[in-house]
Amino acid sequence: MQRRDFIRLGGVGMASMILPVSGIAVSAEQLLDKPMDVAYKKKLADIALNAAKAKGATYADARIGRYLNQFITTREANVDNIVNRESAGIGIRVIANGTWGFASTSNMTPDSVAKTAEQAVAVAMANSKFQTSPVVLAPVKGVGEVSWQTPIKKNAMEVPIQEKVDMLLTANDAAMSNGANYITSILFLVNEQKYFASTDGSYIDQDVHRLWAPFFATGVGKNGFKQRNGLGNPVGMGFEYLDGKEEDKIKISGANVGYKNSYDLVEDAAAAGKQLQAKLKARSVEPGKYDLVLDPAHLMLTIHESVGHPLELDRVLGYEANYAGTSFATLDKWRSGKFQYGSDVVNLFADKTQEYSLGNVAYDDEGVKTKQWDLVKDGILVNYQAIRDQVHMIDQKESHGCCYSQSWADVQFQRMPNVSLKPNEKDISAEDIIKEVDDGIYIAGRGSFSIDQQRYNFQFGGQLFYEIKDGKIVDQIEDVAYQSNTQEFWNNCVKTAGKSDYRLGGSFFDGKGQPAQVSAVSHGCATTRFNNVNVINTARNV
Amino acid sequence: MTMITEETAKKLLTKVLSFSKADECECNLNGRSAGNIRYARNTVSTAGEESDVVLIVQSTFGKRIGVASINEFDDASLEKVVRRSEQLAKLAPENKEYMPVFGKQEYLDTPSFALSTASVTPEDRADAAGASIMPSKKNKMVSSGFLEEEVTFAAIMNNKGLFAYNTATNVDFSVTIRTEDGKGSGWASQDVTDVKKLDTAKVSQIAIQKAGGSVGAKEMEPGKYTVILEPAASVQLLQNMGRNFDQRSADEGRSFLSNKLDEGEEGPTNKLGQKMFDERVHIYSDPQHPEVPTAPFGQDGYPLKRTDWIKEGVITNMPNSPYWAKKTGMPYIPYGSNIIMAGGDESLEDMIQNTRRGVLVTRLWYIRSLDPQTLLYTGLTRDGTFYIENGKIKYPIKNFRFNESPIVMLNNIEALGKPVRINGNMIPPMKIRDFTFSSLSDAV
Repeated sequence: MQRRDFIRLGGVGMASMILPVSGIAVSAEQLLDKPMDVAYKKKLADIALNAAKAKGATYADARIGRYLNQFITTREANVDNIVNRESAGIGIRVIANGTWGFASTSNMTPDSVAKTAEQAVAVAMANSKFQTSPVVLAPVKGVGEVSWQTPIKKNAMEVPIQEKVDMLLTANDAAMSNGANYITSILFLVNEQKYFASTDGSYIDQDVHRLWAPFFATGVGKNGFKQRNGLGNPVGMGFEYLDGKEEDKIKISGANVGYKNSYDLVEDAAAAGKQLQAKLKARSVEPGKYDLVLDPAHLMLTIHESVGHPLELDRVLGYEANYAGTSFATLDKWRSGKFQYGSDVVNLFADKTQEYSLGNVAYDDEGVKTKQWDLVKDGILVNYQAIRDQVHMIDQKESHGCCYSQSWADVQFQRMPNVSLKPNEKDISAEDIIKEVDDGIYIAGRGSFSIDQQRYNFQFGGQLFYEIKDGKIVDQIEDVAYQSNTQEFWNNCVKTAGKSDYRLGGSFFDGKGQPAQVSAVSHGCATTRFNNVNVINTARNV
Repeated sequence: MTMITEETAKKLLTKVLSFSKADECECNLNGRSAGNIRYARNTVSTAGEESDVVLIVQSTFGKRIGVASINEFDDASLEKVVRRSEQLAKLAPENKEYMPVFGKQEYLDTPSFALSTASVTPEDRADAAGASIMPSKKNKMVSSGFLEEEVTFAAIMNNKGLFAYNTATNVDFSVTIRTEDGKGSGWASQDVTDVKKLDTAKVSQIAIQKAGGSVGAKEMEPGKYTVILEPAASVQLLQNMGRNFDQRSADEGRSFLSNKLDEGEEGPTNKLGQKMFDERVHIYSDPQHPEVPTAPFGQDGYPLKRTDWIKEGVITNMPNSPYWAKKTGMPYIPYGSNIIMAGGDESLEDMIQNTRRGVLVTRLWYIRSLDPQTLLYTGLTRDGTFYIENGKIKYPIKNFRFNESPIVMLNNIEALGKPVRINGNMIPPMKIRDFTFSSLSDAV
């Protein structure tokens, strides 16, 4: 069945980065093998659904998955690791006696699939003795046989390994020749070939692609060392994301380049080298209250932590209490219809449909057509993120379509869709936002982030910090982190830039659940201003 | 999972090696069988079982390495996976940091396996969850918890004479119990090698007490406080520090263990042999420790043995890779498989009794690095934070955000209690002066 490894990457700075890796190792060529024939998948799925029904299941779904990964890791001029992984199997979920049951297998013979379905029913029956409130599923109409693919232009799995290695080593060289002393760069490719079938009459074949090319550069000076991570984003795109087109670059004078729908890895690595040298000489921030201008590659994570997670309905209800925690955004606040999550310029929406986003699919992992919906409208909390067995708890009749499982081997559950901040209707630029600030700090890139288990108190850092004086970026500074409270922070949001500045950032390995599962999620926003935020200095003598 | 015995593993791996045509061939045969149960809102939410055996073959030609794996074990599959790893090796770029595999090694005996853990049934798990849910209900509280047990084996063989085999068991249990109104929250955990030692009812009782006791938390001003950190509160900070002990990063100037040298200045590049902590600090790893036994070898088959990392406050060893060890003329020191911190005889209760004023911290949450040079971390207290006055818990207090470094923590020791097992490590409760809390949190 599923094998889970952890690859420890040294030299990525703060601590070694531990990566979850699934499946068995295969050659790069095997990643291009054709997926299993759809007609055969339908046959297997029907065997599972019929076997489950025969044993007393009132509902069943089957997910036949082939999950492919390629990870390439380089360090300075060395290729550390090339990993190709494939994981294939079937996961069967049923409701029997009003209780969920789940079982999975990598053995996809008809006999094994039928037995696995029966095992799922047996699990449901066994657990039903503890069941106090039977599962209530929001209705879904079967869609018959349909298919969907991430709209990619260049399948990254088809790009020769040598070309990918050369790209990473060129980026490493660019960083090193511009001032970095060390650099680790990585290319992650993911392809989920997943087939979903349910007793509702849906047979959905989806081919999902994602990629991420992060780097971690270090500069060592006389008085210590500094780090600068890449500003590229993980995306639901093909290799075309790494084309680095000029029209996708947003230049902030005196600061960094932001990347929209394509990324120039080598240019960013070169900039990192120079910025590292500047960081080594930069002065330490004077703590106090500042107006902050947050670039999208930074603000995305603030949205993730302070809006995405607290509005997951399972957290609100207590299902995640023992792991990630619960939520301050309780049902009474939502029911009041008056809970001021943010200022009236704050409009936050959820979706699994944005082009290029990590969450983009046509149907979720329980066969629900994906859509967009509001979470916070004109500053007021209006909705949560919920799936088929949850929406009845918030008096709604339709699932939001945000159910996901990291593989065929794990049970699907509610996962964060893309959660994004609507841009200003007036198409103003990031520079327009900066221009209006007298005394502030501009922060780019994601750094240290920490938030409490109900998502009130948070502290976030970044990659690059610049002092703003009288509407202009004047100086690169260091040791900046801001501390705030979610509601107070979003009520201090005064202005966001327009759609030309709107960019998607994302998290490739968001963790949730026990046993933990990862998922990938994007957050869109434009450069945004928050007034009067508490900034602390993170330098310390020991 | 059918556990593959040492004899069967040896036979199978010998056959795999017989197919090899590479300069070097090393195989890892790993198996895992695990079961879990998860509950929330006083009812079981999910449960599952999984098992797997995987053969990983690494072939090397010169400095070119290829790895392939498979989970089928007939002769044709075994030969296929060897051939595939050889093909991948021939296509791979040269690894400039290539090091040869190890030859025959001697290993310590470690008590890492308990038969009782390998015999847990779904009913046992349900009963263990029930023993946590029932008292919560009785106390009008809401429990959510997770129990998982696993049985693993690992076998390694290569064509240079190395063979290693080990079996291990582990059980992890944790529970969060909250009052119905959400105003109190308590957490407790237990992890053991032998499931006979697991007592979910007793652990849940601690969480129930903490949940009830934490209702009505008062605000205290952020600042520097004497704290008693329960082992669950300090373990992650110590683990993070352990991950930053790498010799290479220190030699490269990018670690808290780097010496700052001026250009052209000669001298040691790292802090090996320097005193950095209170002299009571003694941290080591030991695969034979009776409370936290582990396999006596790592993934590369190199033997693990008792290794001091910090002794009498002095940096005693730093882990490295075979490549970096050779490059710097140091012995190869693999990462340890557990963290054992020496302590004293005081229990947590004794420690509270001996405290005039202080803050008791159950655990810390969402710990993130702020500055790797000073190992400054941020995070928050969670699930039971209390004010202690004159030897007694006086009242619950609101959670704090902390911004603190384990370097400061291990220099400001007031007292160390009796170590207990937490996440496979042995950590004492610690009384620390001047621990920095930077802001308040409303989270319960």
